[in-house]
Amino acid sequence: MGEFKVHRVRFFNYVPSGIRCVAYNNQSNRLAVSRTDGTVEIYNLSANYFQEKFFPGHESRATEALCWAKGQRLFSAGLNGEIIEYDLQALDIKYSMDAFGGPIWSMAASPSGSQLLVGCEDGSVKLFQINPDKIQFERNFDRQKSRILSLSWHPSGTHIAAGSIDYISVFDIKSGSAVHKMLVDRQYMGVSKRKCIIWGVAFLSDGTVISVDSAGKVQFWDSATGTLVKTHLVANADVQSIAVSDQEDSFVVGTAEGTVFHFQLVSVTSNSSEKQWVRTKPFQHHTHDVRTVAHSPTALISGGTDTHLVIRPLMEKVEVKNYDAALRKITFPHRRLISCSKKRQLLLFQFSHHLDLWRLGSTVATGGKTSGKFLVPGKHGDTLPLSKDADHLLQLKTKVSKMPACLRSAVQIMFSEDSTKLFVASNQGSLHILRLLEGSFKHLHTFQAQSGTVESMCLLAVSPDGNWLAASGTSAGVHVYSVKRLKLHCTVPAYNFPVTALAIAPKTNNLVIAHSDQQIFEYSIPDKQYTEWSRAIQKQGFHHHWLQRDTPITHIGFHPKRPAHILLHDAYMFCIIDKSLPLPNDKTLLYNPLPPTNESDVIRRRTAHAFKISKKYKPLLFMDLLDEGTLVAVERPLDDIIAQLPPPIKKKKFGT
Amino acid sequence: MEAAAARVVRCGGSELSLRRAVFSADSRYLLCVSGDFVKVYSTATEECVHVLQGHRDLVTGIQLNPNNHLQLYSCSFDGTIKLWDYLDGILIKTFTVGHKLHALFTHARAEDSVFVTINKEKPDVFQLVSVPLPRTPRQDAEAGEPRLVLDCISPSPKCVAFGGQGDYVAAVRDFYLSVYFFRKKATSRFTLSSSENRKHAKNNFTCVACHPKEDCIATGHKDGKIRLWRGFDDERKYTYTCLHWHHDLVMDLAFSATGSSLLSGGRESVLVEWRDAAEKTKEFLPRLGATIEHIAVAPAGDLLCTSHADNKIIVIGRNLEACAVIQGLVRDSSVLTGLMVDPRTKALVLNGKPGHLQFYSLQSDKQLYNLDIVQQEYINDCGLVQIELTKAAFGCFGAWLATVEQRQEKEGELELQMKLWAYNKKTQGFLLNTKVSAPHEDRVTALCFRSADKSDVPTLVTASRDGRFKVWVLADDSDIYRKAEGWTCDFVGSYHKYQATNCCFSEDGSLLAVSFEETVTIWESDTWELRCTFCQRAGRVRHLCFGRLTCSKYLLGATESGTLCCWNLLSCALEWSTKLGVSVMEPDPRSEHVAAVARSSGGSDLFVFKPSEPRPLYVQRSICSEEVRWGVFVPRDVPEALASEALQWLNRSQFYFLTASQSLLTFSSKSPEEKLTPTSKQLLAEESLPATPFYFLLGRHRQQRGEQADGAADGERVQLPTTEGVPAVSELLHTPAHVLPSAAFLCSLFINSLLLATEAPSAEETPEDAEMEEEGERDSSEEEDAAPEQAQQAGLPDGGDGGDEAEALQQQLSKCAEKELRKLRRVDYSWVAVP
Repeated sequence: MGEFKVHRVRFFNYVPSGIRCVAYNNQSNRLAVSRTDGTVEIYNLSANYFQEKFFPGHESRATEALCWAKGQRLFSAGLNGEIIEYDLQALDIKYSMDAFGGPIWSMAASPSGSQLLVGCEDGSVKLFQINPDKIQFERNFDRQKSRILSLSWHPSGTHIAAGSIDYISVFDIKSGSAVHKMLVDRQYMGVSKRKCIIWGVAFLSDGTVISVDSAGKVQFWDSATGTLVKTHLVANADVQSIAVSDQEDSFVVGTAEGTVFHFQLVSVTSNSSEKQWVRTKPFQHHTHDVRTVAHSPTALISGGTDTHLVIRPLMEKVEVKNYDAALRKITFPHRRLISCSKKRQLLLFQFSHHLDLWRLGSTVATGGKTSGKFLVPGKHGDTLPLSKDADHLLQLKTKVSKMPACLRSAVQIMFSEDSTKLFVASNQGSLHILRLLEGSFKHLHTFQAQSGTVESMCLLAVSPDGNWLAASGTSAGVHVYSVKRLKLHCTVPAYNFPVTALAIAPKTNNLVIAHSDQQIFEYSIPDKQYTEWSRAIQKQGFHHHWLQRDTPITHIGFHPKRPAHILLHDAYMFCIIDKSLPLPNDKTLLYNPLPPTNESDVIRRRTAHAFKISKKYKPLLFMDLLDEGTLVAVERPLDDIIAQLPPPIKKKKFGT
Repeated sequence: MEAAAARVVRCGGSELSLRRAVFSADSRYLLCVSGDFVKVYSTATEECVHVLQGHRDLVTGIQLNPNNHLQLYSCSFDGTIKLWDYLDGILIKTFTVGHKLHALFTHARAEDSVFVTINKEKPDVFQLVSVPLPRTPRQDAEAGEPRLVLDCISPSPKCVAFGGQGDYVAAVRDFYLSVYFFRKKATSRFTLSSSENRKHAKNNFTCVACHPKEDCIATGHKDGKIRLWRGFDDERKYTYTCLHWHHDLVMDLAFSATGSSLLSGGRESVLVEWRDAAEKTKEFLPRLGATIEHIAVAPAGDLLCTSHADNKIIVIGRNLEACAVIQGLVRDSSVLTGLMVDPRTKALVLNGKPGHLQFYSLQSDKQLYNLDIVQQEYINDCGLVQIELTKAAFGCFGAWLATVEQRQEKEGELELQMKLWAYNKKTQGFLLNTKVSAPHEDRVTALCFRSADKSDVPTLVTASRDGRFKVWVLADDSDIYRKAEGWTCDFVGSYHKYQATNCCFSEDGSLLAVSFEETVTIWESDTWELRCTFCQRAGRVRHLCFGRLTCSKYLLGATESGTLCCWNLLSCALEWSTKLGVSVMEPDPRSEHVAAVARSSGGSDLFVFKPSEPRPLYVQRSICSEEVRWGVFVPRDVPEALASEALQWLNRSQFYFLTASQSLLTFSSKSPEEKLTPTSKQLLAEESLPATPFYFLLGRHRQQRGEQADGAADGERVQLPTTEGVPAVSELLHTPAHVLPSAAFLCSLFINSLLLATEAPSAEETPEDAEMEEEGERDSSEEEDAAPEQAQQAGLPDGGDGGDEAEALQQQLSKCAEKELRKLRRVDYSWVAVP
């Protein structure tokens, strides 16, 4: 594996925004997640939970509600009173429309997908018709006294339940008038609260309305009579979210204490048809408020203020007990947020609204330290003293206003190795090449998108000699362009799973592609075919532990002196693949610890395999070679993130 | 000697909380196992109504007969299942199974068969089997061939539960729950993760309970969690809910009779009621005193009871208020004080709850009361060094009690305290008089009062390992505010800085013997002068006692190395000595006898001897297989006259001893059948029916008719009519004379009632009683019924001296006259009998 001097960078002050809404789409098995800063992310649950699409947010667009309609259309609504539809192909906002009801607190698409309801601050519930190109206001329902915080359609589409402050209203869609008004008790178990906020409602097909409120109750109402059927007190704090499964045999609620409760409909006795709702399992995967939950057929999905997206599979619904049955906790974006200048030893950090430029520190102790007269070589894992601290050079917040139209919305940009060219992937699916001059730039060429597709390219890779440009979108394959001849050179055969990282090796011009199912391909650009090594590893298959990793590979690098080495990392490990060594099979240990020094070289050589893995640095956001013997690793410890979050609700812990 | 050997018998004090107690169907009785017996307690009065004796080994399970709730099944290690009528205390049937039975279960679905836990091959593989019980009229029967239900289960009955409708049985062991469905004849198994990491390491199942109505199984776990399993008929779709309050393992679980709430208990000694099986709606009954071992719920739903580790059963009402406590002998982990007898109550006194002294009545097998000595809250925490009550002694005929408590956390940090308690006649209890902190610098090894006349000053001697013995006397402690008396140290003695190991006063209190390691010193108690020393060089002296009565000139000492010496105090010389590894030596306060228990290879042997002669009076080998820790002679209230020469020593007192496994044993010369007391039966008959006005009208009638019907029990019930008839007669006698009919009429009536009660099988009285409550119409028919019987009775041979007159009278009366008389009688009775 070799020995490296490692810059262990921990000053990337990145804090992800809290999750506000999640919306699960059953048809495409995708999950839309909106954060408090207005960011919307789309995860592909069938592609190993890969975050494949990303819409940057803005302070003015805090989302409060998110929903899918008509299959693939995604809408969000927020406190600025606008309904936004997203263009999932171009990764852009299609349009935004003011609902004219003040801040929007809730939104729900009808079961048929043709209508959209929004609940507003002024107590109005507005019905919109979803047309193919736009949405159109249809009518207002009876106005309520206070804001509508939650909405739910009856599966037949004839009634809706709307949760407000202190009461739940049931509306008839046809007449638009409130059929029932169900008052919620403000007090429960002697705890008196000023108001009881209905944070969520769910309308079941048998007419039952389930409500969750700020008094910590989960209540079941009969919508036909407007009466309370049953109350479960689940928390001492607010219950903030509810999601029901499609079969209506289970639902999940999230509380402000960070607990997620699962409720199931179970039969009272085995030989009777009578069924009852039973609170079954609590899950405590969050430290802060669980603002939103979703119920996919096989998993419970929750997100909240502590910025984690937690996917908890339901064991009884998972067919095969494979790695899909494991708990997932997604904290960091599946993108690279860090860029590194190797020569000048600079790091550029990308935040949601600004950029930070840092210069790395340095040390005089060169892999060793003096003790007395002798120079003792530094041992493995020693911490070296810094002679010069890292500098924060500048923070970029303003954007250049004068830009050509083609550069207005770029999904990905990249410099060529000699810094003479800039490659821009625009949101229209095209790629632009710009020549950089002193103080200005010149548009060289545009590679148009393949015929018929407008899908944006979101990953770029340039060969070090500047001849080749590889680009990949979210679903289509990887295209390789010749920069010299300015034309498409070849297309890598399509693969089912999205690409998570791309890189072109120096000298050999081999394109290394990492996919979200943890497969790695090596494709020779000059030969237009997979390399021998790639075929070999596909034939033998990866080690099962390698395939069971959680996070996608976000960066691939190469060693300038050792062409057989490929450097790559995900959030929890750093790996050097040595193509000259034999591949590991399932029986060998993948994560071999440090090779024991007392064993002979023969044994060491026999146990050595191509994957050298270090798990020392985690969570790892970025790692690359600065030069032959120096690595830079950017870590973001979770404790530092938690320290910047607001304090969680105090809970008495037994024994403290 | 061999022929008249006394039997070693367990004398109560056995564990009441070994198994769940069982309520009778009407919640009036509580049945619980107690050693080889089953005890029937009244839930209202806490009194033991019956002791069901018959098993020859530990009773391990009791259950009501689901087909007849007046009957009880019990199983025992002796391999039999017995069916009892617990109201009358009668053994109905015995079924022999053959295996050692560890637990018993019944449910209504399985007619004619019960479920027991046995182990067949390996010692730790237990099986739940169903045993068919044949329907035979015979008393003893072989049970049918056992059929396997579940294999590899836990022997504890807490780990097996039957579903409410009897559709399934759930069993837990280690990390898995198995459910056997009787209809499908299939077993489902649910396993919890048992990985070594900290989070799941305590997932072990500890107990299980089934919901009476719904398909819901509650399981308790080692980490204090309770899981409610539902949907377990599908091995994939099962689900469970967690309830977590206990911080230590859940000892037992029970659903209420309707299933609306779940009860749980554990080491916290808090009963938790989970209403609607919800985490947030729970009620507590705290401070129950000791670990809850079992929880049982009455089938009527109005009562529940908790069995505790300190041999106590608390009966609790539905509103979670304790309404009765049945307290047996508390078994502390170590009895440091030994056995003593309270001279006032004749109760056995020993360590009870931590820091308490318990007074236990041997006659009623019941704890009388607890005396809190340490007077500090007991914190139940593992690894905490507690204050231990190590020594106690009664003095001056029970007027004074001295106790010593100690706590030693580290070597050299000994906290020692001596307390002297005075008996207060007003409150009938002991009150703290003097508290001496650090009476000695090292552990107190012995404590004794001078047994002196009332005129003398009460004197106490303590011996300690610090090489001193101290004499404490009661002195005047009055000041200007109050008149008081307290104990002060009067004299400190030592002998060559040897550790004082024991001390003892002679019977008249004139001499004090203190043993210093190998030497015994004799001190005069008036002047505290050292009179003489005895030294045998045979090891440290452990036991020391003076002879009594005619043998008062002898001093006995037993050493650790196994020598028993007897010194003559007059000649100051060794009288005799023998090799005997004495572990307990106790003098009988009422006679010259001394009992010594020695450890031998076959167990413990008992030797009874008089100090005056070196030959033992009575020897019984291997009285029990384990070590005997303590023994005591308890004086009998009434001296018995045992014919056998060898058992003379049991005439005045009874010898009780406590073994290492905390069983209290004694010697008995009687067979167990003789010990049955007939009074309990009468008590029961009175109690079995409530004393309502209807009882007076109908009750007696029914009872007697029932008696005629079964006829089996008449051997014991002969007495009954007499006791019933007496109040009727006394009522008659208490009625003012001027409202009574003439004596001529009453005479025949009075004698008649006596006659019928004793002689005839109450056939005559039945119509009589019936007439009392019913009016006119049926008169003639009853009369006709009665007439032939009277005739029959007239023909009976003479019963006794009263019978002659009665018969003569009756023969003289014509039918017509008697009819008159009856009418008259009816009138009178009707208003006399109204309460």
